[in-house]
Amino acid sequence: MMDTNTIAQNTNSAVLELSGICKSFNINEPNEIEILHGIGLRLEAGQFCSVIGPSGSGKSTLLNIVGLLERPTHGSLKICGQETVSLSDKGLTHLRAHKIGFVFQYHYLLSAFSAIENVMMPMFADAGFVSEAMKERAADLLASVGLTPWLDYPATHLSGGQQQRVAVARALAMKPALILADEPTGNLDSKSADSVFELLQTVCSEQGTTVLFVTHNPLLSAKCEKTIEVIDGNIK
Amino acid sequence: MTLLAWLPFEWVVAFKFLKEGKIQTSFIVVGISIGVAVIVFMSALLTGMQANFVNRVLTGQAHIQLLVHKEFARPLFTQPGVLEVPTLQIPLQRFKSIDQWPGVVNDLKQMLEVKVVSPAITGSALITRGNASRSVSVIGMIPELYFQIIPLPEKIIHGQALINSESILIGIELANDMGVGIGDKLRMSTANGAVNTLKVTGIFDLGNKGANTRNAFVAFRSAQSMFGLIGGASVIDLTLHDVYAAEIIAQKLEQRTGLQVDSWIKTNEQFFTAVKAQTTANTAIRMFVGLSVGFGIASVLVVTVVQRSREIGILRAMGITRGQILRIFLLQGSILGLTGALLGSGIGGAALMLWQKFQRNADGTVMFDLSFDTRLLTQTLILATLTGLLAALAPAMRASRLDPVVAIRG
Repeated sequence: MMDTNTIAQNTNSAVLELSGICKSFNINEPNEIEILHGIGLRLEAGQFCSVIGPSGSGKSTLLNIVGLLERPTHGSLKICGQETVSLSDKGLTHLRAHKIGFVFQYHYLLSAFSAIENVMMPMFADAGFVSEAMKERAADLLASVGLTPWLDYPATHLSGGQQQRVAVARALAMKPALILADEPTGNLDSKSADSVFELLQTVCSEQGTTVLFVTHNPLLSAKCEKTIEVIDGNIK
Repeated sequence: MTLLAWLPFEWVVAFKFLKEGKIQTSFIVVGISIGVAVIVFMSALLTGMQANFVNRVLTGQAHIQLLVHKEFARPLFTQPGVLEVPTLQIPLQRFKSIDQWPGVVNDLKQMLEVKVVSPAITGSALITRGNASRSVSVIGMIPELYFQIIPLPEKIIHGQALINSESILIGIELANDMGVGIGDKLRMSTANGAVNTLKVTGIFDLGNKGANTRNAFVAFRSAQSMFGLIGGASVIDLTLHDVYAAEIIAQKLEQRTGLQVDSWIKTNEQFFTAVKAQTTANTAIRMFVGLSVGFGIASVLVVTVVQRSREIGILRAMGITRGQILRIFLLQGSILGLTGALLGSGIGGAALMLWQKFQRNADGTVMFDLSFDTRLLTQTLILATLTGLLAALAPAMRASRLDPVVAIRG
């Protein structure tokens, strides 16, 4: 398995490769429905790609499949060159932990923990025990999103914009090759939305992390290097 | 996380989740504590009561007593089912010695289970002083042996436990009835016409009015001559290393010696029936308390899983395995069980101390000693933790099987 940094440095390697991805629900039942119809997509390291499309077009399903939270019915999905379709649940969990970072529309921070503890969470879960290196990395990440004064604040005591920035820092904790952002600015005011978007752009350009960014905001999608539009389960 | 920094991931998350749901956690811990306190209190009370009774019984009675079988008339049949004579007369019970008793005593001494063997003579006699008379049960014994079975010197309240051919030990009630004190003389006569004058050297209190009125202790040889059993012994008293093995050993001895053998368990059968009933009731109470504790923990955790389904989903998206989620919830169940058990043991212990302080005999003495058994405490802690673990199994499996997409979507 290739190291994430190696991939980031090699801008020619594909971080994400989808070909012929189909997704059906209620298979073999009278109400069987196909949501995605043979999607193909290739994203290189350091690319920032927005996904637009009307509600119900299949954007979230596509993101769930790319995020290894759902399995496609057909097709091939490679993350950093590794085919994922045949992987076990354990293999998918491991790959998700090490290669993919999630930012959702709602921050979903763990309310029982502070900002720094939330950022440390993926590293802590992976290593099993807390280490000084983890604390330093979490503090650095929170500093990079401008939250140094709020390190030890309970997650619930932060504003919506701050919470979403903590969620971005958490998504970056494991140095993922791919960040999946599902309308991360949807619940924020315009100032906070711009701030989160710029943050993701900075991560993409400075760290070579590939970002797949679902949005309904045409202004934000216009700022992206690449835009795909999902309509009725197909990419236009 | 500073305080929990040395703990593994699952432990930290489990503690944090429990801490965050303070009210839920507090209520269920209090519920478990009350259940555990009831178990601890009842068990200690029952154990104390049983131990006290056993102690009381065994300080006034041998573990096993060997006696001569009672005489009975054998029916004579002319043919199967037809009696030779229409009525059978129950024979009078003659006072007689155990055949070859020194050999039996030596044989019993060889047994590893046996602690002390004491031959004795027991019979009825009439005690008179002036116009007053009382019938008593006389026990003629060898003090060096018998006192190892019944610690009579500990019960002496006046005089001393001195036994010789001219002395007698009597109970406080009998002494009052006869109006005698230490040094006074009593006249003892038996059914076979033997009369002896004995000096009161000790007055005892066995803690039982009947026993204090009825019993009198004399020297073995005095009893032999009084009851016309020169060189004989009518009973052999035994103590054992394991008091609860008395009945099994008694049955063994009955086969081995051919004598009538009574164990203290057999002679106190009613007590053991009561103990059995109490133990059954206690076990049932324990079981129902355990079930209610288990269901309490399970219901709280089921609610927690529902409340935290989004957090579980996001943890799964972050790469946390199903096994880790399972362990987080199992740990929560175990922590609840253990914490409740610790608190409950404390409450149970305090209740026992209060009980001992306020529940007293009429004379102000302690009703009976209650010991806070460490084995019971350990068992309770382990059982409560296991109950918590088992109760958490279903909610934990449900949490671990949550589909992250569905969980995040809510």
